[in-house]
Amino acid sequence: MRWMKLLLAVGLSLLLAGCASSDKWGWYVISPATKRGRINIEFLLSGVGWTIGITICCVILSVVLGFVLYSLHLSGNRWLSFLYRGIVEVLRSIPPLVSILWVYYGLPVLAGVDFNPFVSGTVALSLYGAAFMAEIYRGGVQSIERGQFEAADSLALSTIDKLRYVILPQALRRSLPAMGNQFVIMLKMSSLVSVIGLSEVVRRANELAVTEYRPLEIYTFLVLEYLVLVLALSALVRWVERKLGADEHDPAAAARPGQ
Amino acid sequence: MVEERSGNAAICLEAVNKWFGDLHVLRDVSLSVQSGERVVVCGPSGSGKSTMIRCINRLERHDSGRVAVNGVDLDESTRNIQTVRRGVGMVFQQFNLFPHLSVLRNLTLAPMRTLKLSKAAAEERAMAYLERVRIPEQAHKFPRQLSGGQQQRVAIARSLCMEPSIMLFDEPTSALDPEMISEVLDTMIELAENGMTMVCVTHEMGFARRVADQVVFMDEGSIVESAPPGEFFSTPRSERTRTFLSQILAH
Repeated sequence: MRWMKLLLAVGLSLLLAGCASSDKWGWYVISPATKRGRINIEFLLSGVGWTIGITICCVILSVVLGFVLYSLHLSGNRWLSFLYRGIVEVLRSIPPLVSILWVYYGLPVLAGVDFNPFVSGTVALSLYGAAFMAEIYRGGVQSIERGQFEAADSLALSTIDKLRYVILPQALRRSLPAMGNQFVIMLKMSSLVSVIGLSEVVRRANELAVTEYRPLEIYTFLVLEYLVLVLALSALVRWVERKLGADEHDPAAAARPGQ
Repeated sequence: MVEERSGNAAICLEAVNKWFGDLHVLRDVSLSVQSGERVVVCGPSGSGKSTMIRCINRLERHDSGRVAVNGVDLDESTRNIQTVRRGVGMVFQQFNLFPHLSVLRNLTLAPMRTLKLSKAAAEERAMAYLERVRIPEQAHKFPRQLSGGQQQRVAIARSLCMEPSIMLFDEPTSALDPEMISEVLDTMIELAENGMTMVCVTHEMGFARRVADQVVFMDEGSIVESAPPGEFFSTPRSERTRTFLSQILAH
C-alpha cells in the first residue's frame, strides 16, 4: 500500500542520515541489537496503548456528545439553538491544554472528587472535540438539498422520521471526510495529556530523554510512532468511507478499479 | 359553478396572500378545486404558480387568507398540517427521490412510518404502484441508476403509495430530456383518467387540452384567467393570456 511505502521511505532516510553523520546520531539508545536498546524501545512503546486508548475514548465520546449538542440546534427551538451556539463558542475558545489543566487541577477543588489523568484528559478533550463534531454535523445537514426536506414533508413524515431516515443518513455520509480529519487531530491532541502525567507516548519519550540524554533519537522515534498511528487511522477512516459509499463523488475513487 | 360549492371543495384557497420579504408573490389568490377535478396552472416564470401549489400542502406558509384541503384548515396546527399532507401527494420538478435508499425503500418509507403499514404490506403496495408506472423491474436499483423519466415515475409512485386523494405536480417534466417527457405525461394522463384530483403546474399545453377541466393562468401573483381548456385556448379573455399563449405556442 502507498502509505506503507511512504513510511518506509521516511524511516530509511532517517536511518541513512544517522549513518552518514554518526557523530550527531546515536541510534544505540534504541537499537534492537542491544539489551539496553530493547528495554528502551519497550519502554517507549508502552505508551502506545494509552495513546490509542485515550484517543478511542475521546473519539467515541465526542461523536456522541457532539450529536447530543447538535440536537439542541436540530430541535428548531430558538432558545435551544441559542444555547447550542453559546456552548459551542465557549468550548471552542478554550485551548485544549488549558481545559486539560482546568479539569485535572480545578475540577477536583470544585467537585470534591479526584479524577485520574486518563479520565481528566478524556473529559477535557471530549468536550473540546464535541464542539467541533457538532459543527461538522451542522455543516453536513446544511449541505442537504432543500428538496429532500420538502419531499419528506410532502410525504407527511414526522420531524423525527424525516431526520432519522432521510436527512441524517445523507448528512453523516457527507460529514465523514471532515470527521476523519477531526479524529486525526484528536489523536495528536492526546499528546497534551502528557502534562498531567498520563504515560502515553510523549510522556514516555520525555522520561527516557532525560535519563538517556539522547533527545534527537528518542523524539525521532516519537515522530515515527505518531506517523504510524495517524496513517493507520487515516486508512481506517478511508476504508469506512468506501464501505459507506461516502466517496461516490470523489474523482479519485471513480478511477479505482473494481468499484 | 365553482364558488357556491367551495364549502366542500377538495381544495379551497380564499384571498391568499404571500410575501417573500418585500416581494408580493401571491395577491388575493382564490381557487376552488372539486374532488375529481383536474386543474392545470400555467403562467410565466415568477408568476407565483409554484408558490401557490406549495401553499396547498404547506411547503410554503401563506401570510393571509385561507387554505383548506378536504375541509381541514391549514393553520399553525402541526396536526392539521400532517392530516393535509397525508392526503396530498406532491411531485417535484427535481424528483427529490432519496438517493441513499433503493427505489423500493423510497416507496415503503412513508407508508411504514406514517401509515404504520407492515413491511410486507408496504412492499406489496409499492410493487403495485411500480407496476402502475410500468417500472417494477427497477425496484431494487438506486435512484441514480435510473433515467430522469424513470426517476420521475418512481417519484409519482412514491406519492401514490400514501394513497392520497389529491396530487400536486410542480413542473414535473421541466427537468426532463424531451424524449422522456411523454412517459411521464402518459403516467399522469392515466392517473387523471382514473379520477384523481390533480393540480398541475406545467407548460405542457397538449396535456392541459387533453385532461384539464380548468386551466388557470397566473401572472405577477394573481390569477388572471380561469376557464375550461377549449375556451381558454380558443377565446382567451385577457390580453396577457393571449400574449403568453402566443409565446409558448409559437413553435
